[in-house]
Amino acid sequence: MREIAYEEIVKNVRDIIVYSASNLPEDALQAMKDAYENEKSPVSKEVLKQLLENADIASSEARPLCQDTGLAVFFVKIGADVKVVGGLLKDAINEGTEKGYVEGYLRASTCEPFSRANLKDTVGYNLPAIIHLYIVEGDKIAIEYAAKGGGSENVSRARVFPPAAGKAGVIEYVKECISDAGPNPCPPLTVGVGIGGTFEKAVISSKHALFRNIGSVNEDPEMAEMEVEIKEVLNKLGIGTMGMGGTETVLAVHIESNPCHIASLPVSVNVQCHSSRHTHITI
Amino acid sequence: MSKTYHLTTPLSDEDVSMLNSGDIVYLNGTIYTARDAAHKRLVDLLDAGKELPFDVKGAVIYFVGPTPPKPGDPIGSAGPTTSYRMDSYSPRLIAEGLKGMIGKGKRNKDVTDACQKHKAVYFGATGGAGALLGKQIKSAEVIAYEELGPEAVRKLEVVDFPVTVINDTYGEDLYKIGRSQYEVK
Ligand code: SF4
Repeated sequence: MREIAYEEIVKNVRDIIVYSASNLPEDALQAMKDAYENEKSPVSKEVLKQLLENADIASSEARPLCQDTGLAVFFVKIGADVKVVGGLLKDAINEGTEKGYVEGYLRASTCEPFSRANLKDTVGYNLPAIIHLYIVEGDKIAIEYAAKGGGSENVSRARVFPPAAGKAGVIEYVKECISDAGPNPCPPLTVGVGIGGTFEKAVISSKHALFRNIGSVNEDPEMAEMEVEIKEVLNKLGIGTMGMGGTETVLAVHIESNPCHIASLPVSVNVQCHSSRHTHITI
Repeated sequence: MSKTYHLTTPLSDEDVSMLNSGDIVYLNGTIYTARDAAHKRLVDLLDAGKELPFDVKGAVIYFVGPTPPKPGDPIGSAGPTTSYRMDSYSPRLIAEGLKGMIGKGKRNKDVTDACQKHKAVYFGATGGAGALLGKQIKSAEVIAYEELGPEAVRKLEVVDFPVTVINDTYGEDLYKIGRSQYEVK
């Protein structure tokens, strides 16, 4: 059994949150630079330039890239041979989240669904974090983190299709989602598509797909091909950066596919804006 | 062709009438922040026949919920939020004399109709450019609803704050114009 101190997890979580808020990860930055090179619309190109400048200011002056510093979302894999000492893993992640958001001068964006009362003074500053926890082999804790803004989350959707819908039905559904969203989710986008499983499995897969590095190739050749195909379809929509019209609407499409029930074809589309603040660490 | 203007608030009918969708405007002077929760309270005040916490005639409202300022800064990162959440409130404020709104994303027909009827414009600021836009804000003061935290109404002084005209007073929409130029059917 390897022992990992509660405090060590708190500190690690705090640090990745503060860092991610003002430093766009390398993969996202590269994708934005490529989009700037390839964009045909002068208006969108100008806005992309502004966004690259923003990324520069954010990292050099340690300011948040975007005022929507998101809800904190974690996919955590804890090795079966790890024992967290001094407290519970979930509590450590929440404590690290609160510390990161307070000490990084980030925004507290969690609230009650109906009264809309901010939870910063009751539950905690930007708490609770959204935590997906898995037990795996080994003696390490792997933490994938993303700050998920509201603008792109709001246009996400899920549906269970009959099997006959097939690939064509899935592609049409993703297209409709991105087309309807237009400028609202702050394109250029990363589009996470969860296919198969049960209803909730598809949704979680579409979220997890957004944590993959932009520019990486899907391990499943059939899905890799489908990703390229969907990206082409989406870029023909002409939405462009911030909806100003243009050729670069989508930076990447990431698919996670799962076995599903003989009667159903669940599909979920989770949208990520250009401010793709994601990172991972292993403790 | 898109033109570039420098304008100082409050805006007049003449100011907004010369703008066309796609024009770039650098705003100077005072603007006010409000998001959904604050909008609801503003409209409730109007319904009750009470006075608003600021003079809406010629005013520009920025849909933003900034991050907290670091010590010594007037404000943190401050880019626009998605505007459709204000669609049910904006027409009422436009009828009262509001001349400009700054946000990101589409507006509904009620808002664009009100823009045409009462002469007002909807500006887009670059979503996700919070660090860059925050630097154009030289002072910030909460003037109402402090308990709403990031959603409180703030009075901002801005210098050359960069925005683009999305919906003008003539019923044009930059999102539609821009997209139709690049859409491959
Ligand atoms: S969608 Fe992303 S870039 Fe746009 S405001 Fe929200 S978090 Fe920021």
